[in-house]
Amino acid sequence: MKFDYIVEGGEFINAGIASAKLKKVLKQLGIASDIIRKVAISMYEAEINMVIHADGGHIEGEITPEKIEVLLIDKGPGIEDLDLAMTEGYSTASKQAREMGFGAGMGLPNIKRNSDHLNISTKLGVGTTVHISFKIT
Amino acid sequence: MKIRRVLEILSAELITGKDLLDEEIDYGHGSDLMSDVLAFVQNNILLLTGLIHPQVVRTAELLDIKAITIVRGKVPSDELIAMAKSRDIVLISTTHSLFTASGILYKHGLMGEETAHIEI
Ligand SMILES: Nc1ncnc2c1ncn2[C@@H]1O[C@H](COP(=O)(O)OP(=O)(O)OP(=O)(O)O)[C@@H](O)[C@H]1O
Ligand SMILES: [Mg+2]
Repeated sequence: MKFDYIVEGGEFINAGIASAKLKKVLKQLGIASDIIRKVAISMYEAEINMVIHADGGHIEGEITPEKIEVLLIDKGPGIEDLDLAMTEGYSTASKQAREMGFGAGMGLPNIKRNSDHLNISTKLGVGTTVHISFKIT
Repeated sequence: MKIRRVLEILSAELITGKDLLDEEIDYGHGSDLMSDVLAFVQNNILLLTGLIHPQVVRTAELLDIKAITIVRGKVPSDELIAMAKSRDIVLISTTHSLFTASGILYKHGLMGEETAHIEI
C-alpha cells in the first residue's frame, strides 16, 4: 500500500498531522504496536523538521508485508554538515520552534535510534530527503 | 495510578476527559521540551508540562499518552482543548509548579521511568 501526504510549511499548528494519519492507518492494518510507535516517533520528528527547518514538503512511502518505507522530501535550505546535525544537542531551530517545545537537537539521533534504516541526502540550497524504513517481521 | 487519583492528589481542575478518569497511568514525566519527551518517554506516562502549544497534544497523540497535566495554572487555548477532546486525551490543570506537582505525585507513589531508559 502506498501513501502520500503534503506537509504545509509555516503551519506550526498542523505539524505532525501526516504522522498521526499514518499511525492510524498502521493501527487499522494491525501492525504491532511497538513498530507503530517507532514509526510514529521517527516520522513525527522528521515531519517537524520539515516544518521548522524547511518550510514544508511532502511525504511518500509504502507499506509492504516486510517493511514500512517513509520518504520525507523538502526543498528547504539543506543541511550543511550532516555529521554535526546528527550530533545530539546540535540545533539551529528558531525561537518559534523552541516555543512549540522543539529545537533541542534530539530529533535526528532519535530517528536513528527508532528506525531500522536511516538515510539522509541533502544539498545546500536544494533540499533534503530523509529516508527511513522499518522491518515488520 | 488512576487519572482520577491524580486530580484528587493535586486538587487539580479537569479541563476535558471526564469519561476517562478510570484509565491507569504507570509513570510520570515532567518536561516543557517535546523534543525530550519524544526522545525519552517509553512507557504509559502522565505528562506534566508548562507548555501549552498544541504540539503538546500532538506529541501525546503520537506517543499514546493518555493524560496531560498543565502546571503553573497556564490556560490552554480552545484549540488545544478541542484537540485533546477529539483524541480522548485527558487534560488537567493545576496551579502548582512543575516541581511541586511532580513532587506531590512522587510522594504518593507515582515514579519516574528512569529505570526503563536506554543508555544514549
Ligand atoms: N529537513 C531539514 N532541512 C534543513 N535542515 C534540517 C532539516 N532537518 C534537520 N535539519 C538541521 O539539523 C539540525 C538537527 O536536527 P534535529 O532534528 O536533530 O534537531 P532540531 O530539529 O534542531 O531539534 P529537535 O529535533 O530536538 O526538536 C537542525 O537544527 C537543522 O539545522
Ligand atoms: Mg528536529
